[in-house]
Amino acid sequence: MSVSEPSVILRTTEVSKSFGKFLALNNITAEFERGVITSIIGPNGAGKSTYFNLLSGAFAPSRGRVEFEGRDVTHLPQHRFAHLGIAKSFQITNIFPQLTVRENVRVGLQAFVSRYDIWRPRASLPGLVERADALLAMVGLQDRRERRACDLAHGEQRALEIGMALAANPKLLLLDEPTAGMSPEETRVMMDLIVKLAGERTVILVEHKMKLVMGISQRVMVLHHGELLAQGTPAEVRQNEQVKRVYLGQREH
Amino acid sequence: MSEITMAPSSTASTSWLDLARRHRVLLASGFVLVFPLVMPFTALAVNILIYGLYALGFNLLFGYLGLLSFGHAALFGTGAYVCGIAIVHFGLPWYAAIVLGVLGALAMAALIGGLAIRTRGIYFAMVTMALAQCAYYLFYQAVGWTGGENGLRGINVRNINLFGLTFDFINPLTRYYVVAACVIAAFFMLSRILASPFGAVIEAVRENEARARASGYNVVATRLITFILSGGFCGLAGALAALHLSIVPIEILHYETSGMVVMMSLLGGMGTFFGPFVGAGVFLLLENLVSLWTVHWQLVVGAVFVACVLFFPAGIWGTLLNRMKP
Repeated sequence: MSVSEPSVILRTTEVSKSFGKFLALNNITAEFERGVITSIIGPNGAGKSTYFNLLSGAFAPSRGRVEFEGRDVTHLPQHRFAHLGIAKSFQITNIFPQLTVRENVRVGLQAFVSRYDIWRPRASLPGLVERADALLAMVGLQDRRERRACDLAHGEQRALEIGMALAANPKLLLLDEPTAGMSPEETRVMMDLIVKLAGERTVILVEHKMKLVMGISQRVMVLHHGELLAQGTPAEVRQNEQVKRVYLGQREH
Repeated sequence: MSEITMAPSSTASTSWLDLARRHRVLLASGFVLVFPLVMPFTALAVNILIYGLYALGFNLLFGYLGLLSFGHAALFGTGAYVCGIAIVHFGLPWYAAIVLGVLGALAMAALIGGLAIRTRGIYFAMVTMALAQCAYYLFYQAVGWTGGENGLRGINVRNINLFGLTFDFINPLTRYYVVAACVIAAFFMLSRILASPFGAVIEAVRENEARARASGYNVVATRLITFILSGGFCGLAGALAALHLSIVPIEILHYETSGMVVMMSLLGGMGTFFGPFVGAGVFLLLENLVSLWTVHWQLVVGAVFVACVLFFPAGIWGTLLNRMKP
């Protein structure tokens, strides 16, 4: 790793996204720092998921540009993102349900080794199973390796999805509401896991529940009605009058 | 229910099924080799081989990738016509004609697939069907090459020469084993593809396209390559059909030929290695036996098909496999 690696890993410049006449995101310019956890928060309908989808390449913005490590990725197809070092987990659990837990991760790893080889046996690709098992151990699923993914509990499936995202060995990990639908116990396990992973890489987290992320994030961005309302450290955001008005004033759900 | 007690028992009872899966090519080939000994009509057995291979190729796309094409008649038919034309118009030897038939089907699959692959679901089925109809009229109009509505006649292969040996292709049993050799080679190829890294990508795309894309796989390219590979198997089946029938009827390109392979796959069990073959066998056996006592054989085959879809959605072979699992 070079010493002079720029501190900004991802940048959006004046991005907007409209669906028909509805303007979901309006002119958002923001920078994300390398090596920290940034949380994007906001009430329902604030445009968090739309913004997340722009960052992860699920769709392109109507206007503006997205840069990853100084490179314009605005119109890059989704599957190229993984190869740049951007991995994501979805808001709704997104796994390969009928495959085993191990195969889910192994396929994730295989994308960086072999994609179009129709002749060699897949077992001959060296080290993939071992690396899959190591990743599963990291997310706490080592005892579930042989199970079909659809037979896992909800929290375990979310953990599996993180394991699959990690298979890309990403520089940037994008997580869309990783604790959605989780029990308090599962939520705590997931938060610990995110903190553990963040030591090694940049994490951008979309979260609906503000309390949850204040403790673990170094930076917080607040979206409201498709606009960037505030950004800064958790303490700064908590002090922000506008944020208090639109967000903290409401009852936490 | 604890896992500690569950795990060993399940591994013990599935082990022989796993063993069978690992040697699926050997088992399928063994079946094909003894099949004519239990079949009363060898010509029917050859037909089952050919349509079994056609269904096998179709199933790569339908069962393993989860894409329903209603235009596979174009791939089967192109294989047959190109093989026939190579023999009738160019006087090429049988093996060159088969190779050209497969190449022709691969090219047709690249064309149809390239145009249709970005659509999905019912739209993909409709677009492939429409393009296959275009192929039908193309071959129908090219009377000089294809014989038009009379079909391409005069594909007379009497002897098969291989490594200095001469086989009498008129002899039904010899003909069966020549075709069987091609089918066994196809079993081997298909099994390799399924076990390859690309086979894993096919499964991943079937299971969850969005996740596959996020994992770094080009979903469109994966679908197109699978479509073309599927076309290769169907083209081989078509080329063998041309050699077997000595004629390529224009009906081979009719959409009924596309629909039939869907029925065969569902009947046998989509997404299983041998299921489509079983489906083709049951379909053709029913057709032949029932048509002995009534001309309305399609009514009976249709009833069996509906019963199968309603009561055995996994298909005949798929249901058998599920029963054998603990």
